[in-house]
Amino acid sequence: MHEPQLVMYEEEFHKINSILERLVRESNSKSIFLVDRNGQLIAHTGDTEHIDSTALASLTAGNIAATGGLAKLLGENEFTVLFHEGERDNIHISLVHRKVILVLIFDERSSLGLVRLRVKKAGDELARIFDGLLQKAEQGVGAGADSPFAEITDDDIDNLFRD
Amino acid sequence: MSFINYSAREINTKVVYYGPGLCGKTTNLQYIFNATNEGARGKMISLATETERTLFFDFLPLNLGQIRGFNTRFHLYTVPGQVFYDASRKLILKGVDGIVFVADSQRERFDANIESIENMFDNLREQGIDPKSVPYVIQYNKRDLPNAVPVQELRAALNKDNVPDFEACAQSGEGVFETLKGIAKLVLQKLREGAAG
Repeated sequence: MHEPQLVMYEEEFHKINSILERLVRESNSKSIFLVDRNGQLIAHTGDTEHIDSTALASLTAGNIAATGGLAKLLGENEFTVLFHEGERDNIHISLVHRKVILVLIFDERSSLGLVRLRVKKAGDELARIFDGLLQKAEQGVGAGADSPFAEITDDDIDNLFRD
Repeated sequence: MSFINYSAREINTKVVYYGPGLCGKTTNLQYIFNATNEGARGKMISLATETERTLFFDFLPLNLGQIRGFNTRFHLYTVPGQVFYDASRKLILKGVDGIVFVADSQRERFDANIESIENMFDNLREQGIDPKSVPYVIQYNKRDLPNAVPVQELRAALNKDNVPDFEACAQSGEGVFETLKGIAKLVLQKLREGAAG
């Protein structure tokens, strides 16, 4: 397949988490989720306990995909920001580097202007990290003998289904 | 495209159930949802119309347990089967790691199956995915119905690549887990090949 596999390492994961933690403070938002375009949750921070983060990840990716489809119909490359306004909570979804999706949930303690401002800066930092990860993937770091999957056996796979 | 998280020690993969309208894709997921204990699955999300036809997708996250210390998570999706939802179907195939093609065994749906599997290959190619690079299995569903076409006939029409295939009755659950196990195996084997390569 053409798209390289997304692999997340300890070092990058910590960097991403610290960017998200800073972003949640600086933007006064309630929670932040970072999702890949295929709907896999990468990281989250803030008050995320009461939210089904797996479902949120899948739905935001679906949302971005559908909006991307609309963009193409209009001859646009992509709509990079989506904003949904609720009675209490609002959700700001942005596409970082056309690769990952940054989701901020915020209420009246913040504002769309502040969120947009902070997201832009954090987005640039996140983009650099994902560029690095992509490079690693292309160089094949984590593949071969390092990969936990190089040595899985058919028994390992069968064991998953043993109830 | 699978996502390996060394930090969380997790491997996430995406499996899509594809097939013609009303062939039983959603029923497969519903059966898995009902038959799996709560700790091993998340909530099932269905984006459906008022008449319970899938509009965008169904989604069910499953945790299959550990392989070599890594939590193995499968995200199951269905596509909307109705012909006119083709734009949505394409979107859902993005990043797919494995496909279950669900065929409707009924005689009157024979042509719809062929149209749908051809549409699947076309849509994969359109996403820049070589259909030969994506593991898939076929499920011949609704085997219990009196108007079911013999399996050999379905196989000759649909299983040209000779992939693993399964007979099923998704309503009663027969063959549902066998199918899931079949695709999970192929996806994990593919990961192993990728790791070895």
